[in-house]
Amino acid sequence: MDATGFDAWVLSLAVFLPLAGVIVMMLIPKQEEHTHKLVALGTTLATAAVGLYILINYDYGTSELQFVVDESWIDAINARFIVGIDGISMPMLILSMVVVPLCVIYSWNHIPDPGNPKAFLALILLLEVGMNGTFVAQDLILFFVFFELVLLPMYFMIGVWGGPERQYAAIKFFLFTLFGSALMIVSFMALYFLADGTAAGVTANTFDMRALPLAAQAIGTTAGLWIFAGMFMGFAIKVPMFPFHTWLPDAHTQAPTVGSVLLAAILLKLGTYGFIRIALPILPEAAHEWAPFIGGLAVIGIIYGALGCLAQTDMKRLIAFSSIAHMGYVMLAISTMTTFGINAAIFGMVAHGLITGMLFFVAGSLKERYHTLEIARLGGLLKVAPKMGWILGLTTMASLGLPGLAGFWGEFPAILASYNPAPGLSEEVFRTYMVIAAIGTVLAAGYLLWLYQRTAFGEPKEEWKDTQIDDVLPTEAISWAPFIGAFIVLGIYPAFLFNVTDPAVSKLVETISAVAGG
Amino acid sequence: MLENAFLIPLIPALSFLLILAFGKRIRGGQGAHLIGIPALGVTWILSLVTAYQWVTRVNDANEGGEEHGLARGALASVGKIGRAFVGEGGEEVEERHGALVEPVVKTLNWWSNAGIDFEVGTLVDGLSVMLIVVVSSISLLVHVYSSEYVKGDRRYTHYFAFLSLFTAAMLFFVLAENILQMVVGWELVGVCSFVLIGHWWEDQDNTNASMKAFMTNRVGDIGLLVGVVILFWSAGGTSWSIEHINAAALDGTMSHLVLLVAAVSLMAAVASKSGQVPLHTWLPDAMAGPTPVSALIHAATMVVAGVYMVARLYPVFYEGLSISAGGINLTAAAGGLTVIAGGLLAFAQNDIKKVLAYSTISQLGYMVMALGVGAWTAAIFHLFTHAFFKAGLFLGAGSVSHACHHSFDMKKDMGGLRKYMPRTFITFTISSIALMGIFPTAGFWSKDEILVTAGEGGYKLFLYVGLFGAFLTTAYMMRVIWLTFFGEHRGTHGEPHESPSRITVPLIILAVASVTAGFVNATVFGVSWMTDYIENARPHFPVLIHHDFSWSAAGTATAVGLTAAALSYLYFWRGMGPHGLTQRNKVAKAGYNVLENKYYLDHLYTGVIVKGVREPLAKSAYWFNQKVLDGAVDTAGRTAVSSGKFVYRYIDQMVVDGAVNGAGSAAEGSGEVLRGVQTGKLQQYGSLLFGAATVLAILFVILI
Repeated sequence: MDATGFDAWVLSLAVFLPLAGVIVMMLIPKQEEHTHKLVALGTTLATAAVGLYILINYDYGTSELQFVVDESWIDAINARFIVGIDGISMPMLILSMVVVPLCVIYSWNHIPDPGNPKAFLALILLLEVGMNGTFVAQDLILFFVFFELVLLPMYFMIGVWGGPERQYAAIKFFLFTLFGSALMIVSFMALYFLADGTAAGVTANTFDMRALPLAAQAIGTTAGLWIFAGMFMGFAIKVPMFPFHTWLPDAHTQAPTVGSVLLAAILLKLGTYGFIRIALPILPEAAHEWAPFIGGLAVIGIIYGALGCLAQTDMKRLIAFSSIAHMGYVMLAISTMTTFGINAAIFGMVAHGLITGMLFFVAGSLKERYHTLEIARLGGLLKVAPKMGWILGLTTMASLGLPGLAGFWGEFPAILASYNPAPGLSEEVFRTYMVIAAIGTVLAAGYLLWLYQRTAFGEPKEEWKDTQIDDVLPTEAISWAPFIGAFIVLGIYPAFLFNVTDPAVSKLVETISAVAGG
Repeated sequence: MLENAFLIPLIPALSFLLILAFGKRIRGGQGAHLIGIPALGVTWILSLVTAYQWVTRVNDANEGGEEHGLARGALASVGKIGRAFVGEGGEEVEERHGALVEPVVKTLNWWSNAGIDFEVGTLVDGLSVMLIVVVSSISLLVHVYSSEYVKGDRRYTHYFAFLSLFTAAMLFFVLAENILQMVVGWELVGVCSFVLIGHWWEDQDNTNASMKAFMTNRVGDIGLLVGVVILFWSAGGTSWSIEHINAAALDGTMSHLVLLVAAVSLMAAVASKSGQVPLHTWLPDAMAGPTPVSALIHAATMVVAGVYMVARLYPVFYEGLSISAGGINLTAAAGGLTVIAGGLLAFAQNDIKKVLAYSTISQLGYMVMALGVGAWTAAIFHLFTHAFFKAGLFLGAGSVSHACHHSFDMKKDMGGLRKYMPRTFITFTISSIALMGIFPTAGFWSKDEILVTAGEGGYKLFLYVGLFGAFLTTAYMMRVIWLTFFGEHRGTHGEPHESPSRITVPLIILAVASVTAGFVNATVFGVSWMTDYIENARPHFPVLIHHDFSWSAAGTATAVGLTAAALSYLYFWRGMGPHGLTQRNKVAKAGYNVLENKYYLDHLYTGVIVKGVREPLAKSAYWFNQKVLDGAVDTAGRTAVSSGKFVYRYIDQMVVDGAVNGAGSAAEGSGEVLRGVQTGKLQQYGSLLFGAATVLAILFVILI
């Protein structure tokens, strides 16, 4: 049912408020740096307030889309402006709305070289438009526009404010993702032409994501497999899944701190979200065929990412590789195609966003203090900056999946789900994956504790004797506290998130199994 | 309290938070015990109240009150479910006895997912009641002891905070209502152990030890994760409850194969947590932590978590490993091997704590072996007595080291201490005798029960293993006593002194317990509280067989112990026997080398496996990543550029040139600009992108 009154404006506000901020910032001269910061903060906080409104007025009992708006947009191809959220998109949307203002706060005194807060903050706001838009879009073309919109600001963030190899990393990021997107849009086109919208009560050719699961049943098996392949490339590169991940370590290593945080916390989730929101429900049969393959790549990613971590000498690059491993658990959970697995995947997405985002924050702050992240040169953090050392320790523990912190509830249910995949999927194959994924937890503990031992334990190195190493600064404390608080609270009481996702995911899996199981 | 048992872990958890929040402000950072000790005191009292109420509940039920318990008539059906084993020659098998009382279960919904409820709650029965008493008692004593022992430590607050957190996690684990909760508690005690082993993290040896502990446990946790996942799904996939899983293991819901796989997986976790061969290597290294921590975590409580888990999920192991069949099985074999492997290693150590660590390994082996031979009650009984005398020994070792300038080296810094620290000497000796299992101390009763059950239950081999282990135990403890307390003082740091009362009082209490704890199940005197109150005799639990106190077994064990004691006395005190044999005899020397190198297991793990993963495997994976995968991406880009150039130069310029001359030069111009900005890669990727899109589009046209 379409929303009325203010509710009809909520999601549009969530998406376009940051754009309004960008426009205001355009009108203010570049020199007024403080004003720019205030505008950016104000806008993102206002957007977060919209998020609060959503949290309060969201109907937690239903699996239906809420705050739905359906307006005509590009009539020529019947692309419509359809937005709406359910339990799958809501957590991601809220995550994005919370993370962005925290990034702005962190940037308050941390605008990376070459400065220019106006451009930097405007890009963050633009990024938020794309991210929020992707999570609320219910029309494939609208989704695609937002999905692509994200690329540009991130490209510039890496390319302008990044490390020494920034140009290479930025272009690689941009074109690698665009390459996947090109295949994805071809698949969307194929859906448009092949799916029979009249079956779902809309026009014959449609991009309406609500209608497509039914409409796409008209598509033949082979065609379905190919269309899925196109989408797979688009989403898998974004996740990123092995072997399409090589853009990630470069992008993460070179990106400015806030860029890395946003990349890890939100951008990677656009891929996994796409699988859950688009690929699985629209083409369940093809997904079913592809699932063992996806699960296989996921577990390869788990082990491979962990091995990659063990070979690193740079802290930021190590965290980047750990993302590949962690997203492997998410993809493994998705590939089971069960309610259980997809719930775990969404939990894993949120948990990874919070935890890895936090790791990148700490890495960024260390880089600012030491001007290097070479693990061999760090050490004794607990001694020189005890609070920072504790925060890093806690986040490390969260990242290696310690129960009581959020990481565990993404990882363990993923392993649990893969013992019992959806009917028709090979139990032998998925149980093998389960064991491999369980082995991955050991490697995760290995590289994370090794990292922690080398950076935080021991005595500080001689070379930093005369360097002033500040402990956690106020802006850091403000921007980090919600991350830490969230992964502790979700770790102790995971129901906060599972209760939100479960109804929508159950409905999704019902839809899938009605087609794929039959 | 039976209903509100959640308070028991909650109080130390709150204590943890309070210490973190305010600890540093009390007495300039030296007052955290002012929160920790009272909190533990309350926890201890609540545990005792719970135990008292449990005993009352059992008594009420046995006096005919059927409101709590099952009717005695239910015994008839018991026989069909449990498979009692009857010894050869039709020895008399006693009727099923023990507590027939239903446990008190309280749960809350933790989270739900796909229609499955995940609960969190408490399961109070004899087993958990006994464990909470052990954990809270030892933890309280260790708290008191620590307030003296780590006085003035630079991280005093931090130390007490984690002591509290550990206690909370351990109690949470013990009271767990379901296996998922057990996993959570299991990991949390592990992380507390990690933090406390590495308490003095400035020194890399300490952090290496804590890493090793954590990593070895993680290896075992693979088995834990896999095991609980298998149990959950194959028991129906609806409930995590321990009661449910146990029932499903016995009533045939789970096939024998499933149970076997689950039991073997879980054994990996047991081996890592409870120091069973070959995953025991972390435990001696864990002695790098403060001594009270070793007493609490690495002797009395955390390391028995594995034993406790087997006892909790006994039907799974009982059925999966066919324990009733006799002969040999994985659990018994692992335990038996550990008894001897650990006992032998204890001889090659000069560090008093390491001797005790290997002794702990060996004693944990007894418990696991006992579970493997069907001696459930004996295993739990031994867990109970061992907690007291081993904690006493560790705290005694701490007291000794307190006097000898924080050294633990028996050969260099000790000797003759009995004159300087009589209280420590006497309590240490009493605890040692209990460990040796000599009548009438606690160890005698519990060890004897293990041996009897092994001997009578078709596990003769393990009777001999146990006896040999007893011989070793006595001998290495005699060596420790000789090196530490007798002879001349060898230390060079001045005269040793007796420790203050906050150290000696816990020692005395533990020494008293080391003597008396065994009488709770001294069957020869007609006391069998372990059986009456702790043993689980309800239908969904294997029928546990008890054998009468056997004078011959007790006599043999005592004789073995006394022989060992006599031989050690002659060897150490009188200087008789082949001293220096390991220097002269080649075989003896080789044997000693194997022991000194701890069976070369550390070399295998660190030198071969860890190094193998870190160096060749990780390095080659990364090489593959950079050269092959990334190389492919870059090559694709480069190829696209050259084909683009080719097309441009030969097709565009030569063929289409004339028609689009103006447009072409404009494109070239902008292409140059872009190339300047983007180091030439944009075009490569751009052509790659559109090439790929074209290919897929063509495929669609062809296929559809």
